[in-house]
Amino acid sequence: MIELRQLSKHFGDTVAVDGVSLTIEAGELVVLLGGSGSGKTTTLKMINRLVEPSDGRVIIDGEDAAAMPAPTLRQKIGYVFQRIGLFPHMTVAENIAVPLSLAGWARDRARARVDELLELIELGAAMGARTPAELSGGQQQRVGVARALAAKPTLMLLDEPFGALDPLTRDRLQRSFGELRKKLKLTAVFVTHDVVEALLLADRIAVLRDGALVQVDTPRALIDAPADDEIARLLDTPRRQARELAALLDGDGDA
Amino acid sequence: MREQLALLPAYGGAHVQLSLLALLCGVVLSVPLGVLAARVRWLETPVMAVASVVQTVPGLALLAILVPLLAALGLPGIGFLPAFIALVLYGMLPVLRNTVVGLRGIDAAVIEAADGVGMTSGQRLWRVELPLALPVIIAGVRTAAVWTVGMATLSTPVGAPSLGNYIFGGLQTSNVDAIIVGCAAAAALALLLDGLILLLSVGVARRRRVLVGAAGAVLAGLYLYVGVSLVTGAGGSRRADVVIGAKPFTEQYILSHLMADRVHDTTGKSTQILSSLGSTVAYDGLAAGDIDLYVDYSGTLWTTVLHRTDPATDRARIEAEVTRALRQRDGITVVGALGFENAYCLAMPRADAQRLGVRTISDLAPHAGDLAIGGDYEFFSRPEWAALRDEYGLGFANQRSMDPSLMYQAVAGGQVDVISAYSTDGRIAAFDLIVLRDDRHAIPPYDALILAGPGLTRRQPAVIRAVRALTGTIDADAMRRMNRAVDEQGQSPSEVARRFLDSLRTD
Repeated sequence: MIELRQLSKHFGDTVAVDGVSLTIEAGELVVLLGGSGSGKTTTLKMINRLVEPSDGRVIIDGEDAAAMPAPTLRQKIGYVFQRIGLFPHMTVAENIAVPLSLAGWARDRARARVDELLELIELGAAMGARTPAELSGGQQQRVGVARALAAKPTLMLLDEPFGALDPLTRDRLQRSFGELRKKLKLTAVFVTHDVVEALLLADRIAVLRDGALVQVDTPRALIDAPADDEIARLLDTPRRQARELAALLDGDGDA
Repeated sequence: MREQLALLPAYGGAHVQLSLLALLCGVVLSVPLGVLAARVRWLETPVMAVASVVQTVPGLALLAILVPLLAALGLPGIGFLPAFIALVLYGMLPVLRNTVVGLRGIDAAVIEAADGVGMTSGQRLWRVELPLALPVIIAGVRTAAVWTVGMATLSTPVGAPSLGNYIFGGLQTSNVDAIIVGCAAAAALALLLDGLILLLSVGVARRRRVLVGAAGAVLAGLYLYVGVSLVTGAGGSRRADVVIGAKPFTEQYILSHLMADRVHDTTGKSTQILSSLGSTVAYDGLAAGDIDLYVDYSGTLWTTVLHRTDPATDRARIEAEVTRALRQRDGITVVGALGFENAYCLAMPRADAQRLGVRTISDLAPHAGDLAIGGDYEFFSRPEWAALRDEYGLGFANQRSMDPSLMYQAVAGGQVDVISAYSTDGRIAAFDLIVLRDDRHAIPPYDALILAGPGLTRRQPAVIRAVRALTGTIDADAMRRMNRAVDEQGQSPSEVARRFLDSLRTD
């Protein structure tokens, strides 16, 4: 369980995040949804202290995140982000094993875990010897996910993880991640600006605007009762697209 | 050529020792400094600025600054130490710069990932940043290796033997073999080092154990050799009983061998020659006890060491005053005069002199406005030049400094019209130049004097007695003949010296 209490971040005079309070229950996936500059990424990075909060607290499973050394905190939280950041001088297997060596796993146990993860992300053991440069973007992000999951964290932070992938790959990874996190009972915070992605993946969606929370609700509730016009408009686009697509598919024989 | 190659172990060994040690220290200092500069943002500018400034100082000037600086600190001002420090400083910039550039150039996403998986700052450095910056850092080390090996040749004038001894000595004595051996050996060493480091880095990058092992073994072998030779004192760092200095010209090389042979023959003590020392380096080294004996000239001591500007024409009086002053000031003993003078003089091709009707410097003065003068590196900043210029009102159209060995060719080839020659130089006759008479006695006499350092005077009187026997034995003709034997006939300074000593014995 993650609790954000009155979390704020200023950069000089600019307020990036303004008093965000939010509780993410164990096993729940909460999407932080917002446009650029809404503060969603900054909020996410304050959870594992890649950004240090200016004010407020992050409580993880009852412990204050600020009370432990940042590396210790981060080792307990899986982190996946859009630019992936695989270590180019290591093989795929070595990349996945990094969190294991940081956590002090014995070599044999770590090797077995890496094989298990390669299977989990459907890459196959042979890919372990490749370097990241030899993989496609989708494969690279699978490795990114495997690395984040390696040391069996119960918390995952994902910052637009599939944003740079082509639509087909994105769809496949979204669905396999959805299954994965249910299977592993992960508690996850997922940042995106993609409304459809948010609706399909989230247990709850937290909409951010100008650094503040505007509405936190299930996808169903968000669609049924948007808090203001702007959120309604935000949801309008996918709804309209879905209708048009449905019409197109229905009218298959028409010309 | 065989004679030159025989010197290779001594010069090459000292060169390898000096440059490899300096390179290692440079890298060991630069990489951490570079890491610091890359991490602490405000440090980068000052660190890089200082390193760049050091780099812009010409190598020889850097050495020249270090000699008096170290002496002032009570450290050995000549020999290994100044050369080593200069080389370390010189080799630092490329490594420092490449370390900073290499670390700064790492993809921000990789850094974020390293932080994100929970690496500490140190783990991030060792596991991610340094491995990724390594190719760039290695490129800097390769540049530093080539620079260091090249610049180590410049340590000869500060008294650290190196392959530069071949080059400086060869240039002065017109010994092409020596120059070729020196250049080829330095180039080969630079290429070898560069290649080894390249192989090592390729091996590491491609994870080829054999390559890493082979290149690493050769490098380790070289460093082992350096370590062993440092400990055992091979490669010229152990001090002989008597160290004899020579400034960078033929006559000095011959005289240093003459004194060395004489000392060894009569006292059995071990001797060592530090050749091609800068002019003031030799004197400062003598005063500091880094060298024990060398020959200097009364007029030089009078003007550049004692800073006397009053005109002096009386040879005996100058010698007496210099003798007294050196003993009082620096504890240096003037053992005696060899019997010849080697004065600065102005010389020009005989044909030109006859055409212009010039025989004395007074005759030359009215023509000076149409003529170009060439001088050695020191000449135009020496008081003798100021004295000549002021006394005769000389105003040349053009004045150029150049290496003494090239000066004679320049005046013979017409690139300059007049040069500052040395009166015993064999090349005056060889190039058919005439010496213009100093009819107003602006230049003081230049008797060649044997100088002995304070330590020698106190502790080794037998050595002083041995070289005192040489006083009065060499007249200007004899010296000129010996110089010609080296400069024109291609004999080595050591054979010429040996023959002269033999002739003394048979007389």
